[in-house]
Amino acid sequence: MENIRNFSIIAHIDHGKSTLADRLIQFTGVCNERNFQDQILDNMDIERERGITIKSNAISLPYHAHDGKDYILNLIDTPGHVDFSYEVSRSLASCEGVLLLIDAAQGVQAQTLANLYLALDHNLEIIPIINKIDLPSADVERVLEEIDSELGLDPDTHIKCSAKEGIGIEEILEAIVTRIPPPTGDSANPLAALIFDAKYDSFRGTIIHCRVFEGTVKSGDIIKFMYNGTTYKVEEVGHFLLTRAKREKLSAGEVGYIIAGVKTVADVRTGDTITLQDRPCSQPLPGFKEVKPVVFASIYPIASDDYQDLADSLEKYKLNDASFIYEKDSSAALGQGFRCGFLGLLHLDIVQERLEREYDLSIILSVPSVRYRFTLKDGKVIYVDNPAHYPDPAEIDKGEEPFIRAAMMLPERYLGAVMKLCMEKRGVNSNMNYTGPGRVELSYEMPLAEVIYDFYDRFKSVTQGYGSFDYEIIDYRESNLVLMDILVNSEKVDALSQIVHRERARSRALLACERLKEEIPRQMFKIAIQGAIGGEIIARSTISAFRKDVTAKCYGGDITRKRKLLEKQKAGKKRMKMIGSVSIPQSAFLAVLKSDTN
Amino acid sequence: MKNEQAGLYIHIPFCLSKCGYCSFYSIKSVDLIPEYIAALKKEIRHYRNVFSSFDTIYIGGGTPSLLSISQIDNILTAVNKYYKINRQAEITIEANPGDASLKYFQALRKSGINRLNVGVQSFDDKVLKFLGRRHSSKEAIDAIEAARAAGFDNLGIDLIYGVHGITIQSWKNTLQKAVSFAPEHISCYQLSLSEKTPLYKKYSSEGWKLPDENTELRLFLATAEALENAGYIHYEVSNFARKDKLKSRHNRKYWQHKPYLGLGPAAHSFLNNKRWWNKAAVKTYLNEIADGKMPVEDMETLSVEQLQLEALFLGLRTKAGIDLKRYKIIYNADLLKDKKIIIDALIKNKFVELKNGFLRPTRAGMAVADSLALI
Repeated sequence: MENIRNFSIIAHIDHGKSTLADRLIQFTGVCNERNFQDQILDNMDIERERGITIKSNAISLPYHAHDGKDYILNLIDTPGHVDFSYEVSRSLASCEGVLLLIDAAQGVQAQTLANLYLALDHNLEIIPIINKIDLPSADVERVLEEIDSELGLDPDTHIKCSAKEGIGIEEILEAIVTRIPPPTGDSANPLAALIFDAKYDSFRGTIIHCRVFEGTVKSGDIIKFMYNGTTYKVEEVGHFLLTRAKREKLSAGEVGYIIAGVKTVADVRTGDTITLQDRPCSQPLPGFKEVKPVVFASIYPIASDDYQDLADSLEKYKLNDASFIYEKDSSAALGQGFRCGFLGLLHLDIVQERLEREYDLSIILSVPSVRYRFTLKDGKVIYVDNPAHYPDPAEIDKGEEPFIRAAMMLPERYLGAVMKLCMEKRGVNSNMNYTGPGRVELSYEMPLAEVIYDFYDRFKSVTQGYGSFDYEIIDYRESNLVLMDILVNSEKVDALSQIVHRERARSRALLACERLKEEIPRQMFKIAIQGAIGGEIIARSTISAFRKDVTAKCYGGDITRKRKLLEKQKAGKKRMKMIGSVSIPQSAFLAVLKSDTN
Repeated sequence: MKNEQAGLYIHIPFCLSKCGYCSFYSIKSVDLIPEYIAALKKEIRHYRNVFSSFDTIYIGGGTPSLLSISQIDNILTAVNKYYKINRQAEITIEANPGDASLKYFQALRKSGINRLNVGVQSFDDKVLKFLGRRHSSKEAIDAIEAARAAGFDNLGIDLIYGVHGITIQSWKNTLQKAVSFAPEHISCYQLSLSEKTPLYKKYSSEGWKLPDENTELRLFLATAEALENAGYIHYEVSNFARKDKLKSRHNRKYWQHKPYLGLGPAAHSFLNNKRWWNKAAVKTYLNEIADGKMPVEDMETLSVEQLQLEALFLGLRTKAGIDLKRYKIIYNADLLKDKKIIIDALIKNKFVELKNGFLRPTRAGMAVADSLALI
């Protein structure tokens, strides 16, 4: 155990985490040039393309240190986004130390801080690394100051590197060996292993990623998940090299995998403790919680014929994403679909993109919603994340919505614009800190619903990309909520209903009315588009009817040409959804549903 | 369907000059006419086992009135040789006022042609010049009078509206003038320009615009009102007849999926759910027929859905509308039942009405017939 080091790399997005991981892997010779590719731990195309890490990953690096001894350095790669902060915390709980990576040009950002706090929560040894020192815009002096003033770390402990150029890699490896403490624990104790991730393998079922804290596990053991008491027989254990490397056993201090005939990743809870059935540990490892989705939206196939394909794809997708949930949903306007829950907007984005890309589906997403809490007059408390389930307003005693605490870091010159944005987003209880010359740390408490609407894009835009943002959910607060409906010629378009704060209802309704007006082609009838709360009309727009479209002449017997023209129009119309007697093109739904990003 | 009376269309693809708005295929080489007629006669003969009889014949163009009487006789003789022509057949020829003379019209009448359609287009010389017509308004009037003097009691005239610089009032004057001759049939076509035409280029370079939708509608309604007030039946979007029996019987075959044979370049034929059409170039047409081939460009077999769509868009252009019983039998679909919601809405909004088993467009409905067809 003395020669094991378990560590993680944490950083703000784009500060170079995956590149540093690549260099460490290359330096230690786990892979050769031939089987190396950039972002080697990011297995998914979407991770590589977006340059982000979505799933955790782990790899064991053999390292011969300057002290002459051989070490096993277990690198646990973590997702970098706030949507996955629980997964990050479980990965960190599996480590004794972290490399805190900071971009030499950008300096400390919101997620740098958020990640640092997570690491401090777990009492980890922190090694600050200043990356990208080769950049012309690198400002190491300033970053050192920030490490001192903003992070409260000793700047003398830092290491400078350029992961891209391979500068400073050996120094980092040495620091891992010398500064991060070896794991503690006793292989003779009852087994206690922390699950930090699980992946689905179509041949072997679920591959459980874990860190063993106490005891030993080997094939043939009967393991038990302490969360729900289910038991499985271990088929195989091993380490992570570039691929899985089978071992006889996993002992205290080690990071590795367990294969035990677990069918889907949903049967495994990240953060749960694995122990042995016949010799269990006395209590589970701390920190377990069940992750609950916070953002909800319905997914419909664009062509209703694709419903079964969508159902199959979701089932397959779910195999590997335990935090994604879905259930059947149906809309009068959009037909059969699914109501889905996500950890956040990025998670939603990822699911959408993967469904479209990997499963080749054309889907349409309803307006994302948070989970609201309603206390009814009879005292019953219900949670509603789907406008279709909005309770009878006469029965509502109190409505509440989830609030977050937003942590933002930005250059001082954008402070006014950001504060204005936060106030517009119903932000309260602001707090401000000058963390360095010209730099501000700003926090606000805001409704999550406002954040998922269009906050992030607008924040990036008003700070011209120099601001960083992070959030955590804090509590539910009372709010004046209403159900806003969109009516087309007096028929409700259920897929466009939204639960919103009363003050937002009018502007949202107007926006929807305008977007629909732009996208719905003129038809034979005048079309009235209205936004309404109950029976009260709060916004409207009108599409005038066209009154003449017939062409003067059908030329002789050449009816084919004219028919082909109409066939084309008819095919276009077929792709539209009929609401009453009005044909609404998909683009109209998309335009309204996309209002969150524009 | 062989028993059903079919229509025969004969295309004469020659013009002395090309009108600025016309995108039809025609050529100026009138010296090819004799060769063309010889080819046409081969094509007439070719279909003798496919069609047996006709009760309408329509000689259109191009400019059929460029043909001499003997050339027309030649064609009609060939037709009569291979097909049974109903004694009551409607036999139409199109004439350019510039080719009119009492003698010519008398000869046409004698050769068995009983319906004359004169391409008047306008009674305003400025408009005629603007459109690139080679005749004057006086010639147009002379042509109408000559037709009457020659004994044509079924006379149609074509007019064009929506021309740049022409007010609704002056268009109404043109209509009044037309009505004063009491033609049996009037076709009023709204000017439309395809990109290839010289007039389109003229419009683009001058920055002129075709009438906008509102003006278009006003012109359309004004036309219908003026002619209905004068006793005409607005029986199709662009067509008016003084009496039911004076409606163009030939054109109605197109609108009702009746069989028809089209001869000459670019002509279309329809029989038993098949439609085929000839190649457009006169040279190709001549060469292929000389080689003993039929110059058919392509053929399609219409699916039930395609037939339904055609029945809808053609039927809803006509005042008679769609015969729902016939629709059910021929196209195997219950329109009222299948499209109940939308048809109810259309009735409520007075675009269509149900009468005696027909789904008929109102005048407002006729103006949006293209969209009605897409229900």
